[in-house]
Amino acid sequence: MFHWLARQRYLMDYTLAAMWRRKWRNLVLLVVFTLVVFLLASVSFFGSAVRFEAKRALKFAPEVMVQNLVLGRHALAPADWVDKLKGIRGTRNVRGRLWGYFYDQGNGANYTVMVADGSDPSLAVAPDEVIVGAGVARVREVEKLRNLLLLRPDGKLFKLRAKRILSDDSALLTHDLVLLSEADFREFFNLPRDAGFTDIALEVRNRREVATIANKISQRLPNARVVTREDILRTYENVFSWREGVLQAMLAASLAAFAIFAFDKASGLSAEERREIGILKALGWDTSDILAMKLWEGALLALFAFLIGAVAAYAHVFLFQAGVLAPVLKGWAVLYPQAPLTPQIDRLQLVTLAMLTIVPFIAATLVPVWKAAITDPEVVMR
Amino acid sequence: MTLREAPHIRRSTWALSLLALLFVALVAALGHSWLAVTAAKAPLQDDRSPTYLTRALGLTDLALFTEARYTRHPAMADLFTPFQDAPLSMEHFPAGSLVSPPPHLPATGTLKVETAHGERR
Repeated sequence: MFHWLARQRYLMDYTLAAMWRRKWRNLVLLVVFTLVVFLLASVSFFGSAVRFEAKRALKFAPEVMVQNLVLGRHALAPADWVDKLKGIRGTRNVRGRLWGYFYDQGNGANYTVMVADGSDPSLAVAPDEVIVGAGVARVREVEKLRNLLLLRPDGKLFKLRAKRILSDDSALLTHDLVLLSEADFREFFNLPRDAGFTDIALEVRNRREVATIANKISQRLPNARVVTREDILRTYENVFSWREGVLQAMLAASLAAFAIFAFDKASGLSAEERREIGILKALGWDTSDILAMKLWEGALLALFAFLIGAVAAYAHVFLFQAGVLAPVLKGWAVLYPQAPLTPQIDRLQLVTLAMLTIVPFIAATLVPVWKAAITDPEVVMR
Repeated sequence: MTLREAPHIRRSTWALSLLALLFVALVAALGHSWLAVTAAKAPLQDDRSPTYLTRALGLTDLALFTEARYTRHPAMADLFTPFQDAPLSMEHFPAGSLVSPPPHLPATGTLKVETAHGERR
């Protein structure tokens, strides 16, 4: 065993010396390979972390949401729907929710304006008060000014005293949030009291009956669209999956680059490398020695690239908030949450990534070497 | 005292040490991930935590893409929001290429409609 290990170390020494002779070529190979792994691992880590955050937080989302559809579009739910839903056996805590969007012309950001549920004292908002998410606070300097000035859709100025700024810890959910009292919300959007609600949230007494209750709601309110918590969770299970558009394009581009790269290795050895193999065979090296030497070359390159790429991707996503991916994810939005993500890694994806990159690379390196190694040294050197 | 020649370190020693260092870094990252995930799974009563705020405010979506309403609230978007500007208009927000339609919407683009006479189409 010791003899075998010593032999492998000598082979490795020789391989490293041979690689050093072609250092620029090998360095470029290492950099490209590392970049491919880094990009793929970053996307994979980011998607996995976002799915984890969504699953963790949204399992506390309302159990059932009821929307009114008019002409196939989301419209205000009539106020009397609340009583109709309360009348369905098995429902509880039925409440109309008021929320909407506001485009801030000053900075081009979109805010989600919502009426705070007064049941929690730390989140209760009195008239003329506001609670804002960290992103809104940042772009409107709320911490410094202690108030928020909004230009109402009808052109009048609306001044609110900042009661609280929601922490960066929750930015993934509350970054663009503006919480108002019901009176201020209705005044801000010029929404009459009898206009109804944006949608209606409710809980179901027996969790196993959610589907039955959803059916009952659809029968009683034929215009309604019912969204359950399971639907919400399913939506986020799919977000950033390998099937998504831009991420798929990035993945395809990286894999194409890698394929070209592996093909370049596989398409043949340089004259210098052939000569080297010929000389080694003439000196008495076996075909198996040459294969072992080249196996070390491929394995060292692939292992270095994989380890550097994966560790760098981890640091990039979880220590530097995925700065490289941010411009793609941000799109045209002004507000983008820079929230620290819980470093949830999908280990299966990491193993798949290793299999997708290391194995084909080593295989691609070995085939041409084997072809050269079984040829007569005299022919190879000529 | 005579000057001694610096001991020669073999190339393989350098390479193996570097590989071991990187491997330790990856294992440390996995350990860090495991600790952070375990801590994150503990129920938080802190009113700054995302889970607490989701429950208290009844939040339904992540604030990742704020540029369009169907990307800000994909779970709440109706069937036609991507075509809000005009019938058959092309999807034009960059985030639309990152967020696919929710799986509970029909993938084939057809809707099952029940007519007033109870007939299903």
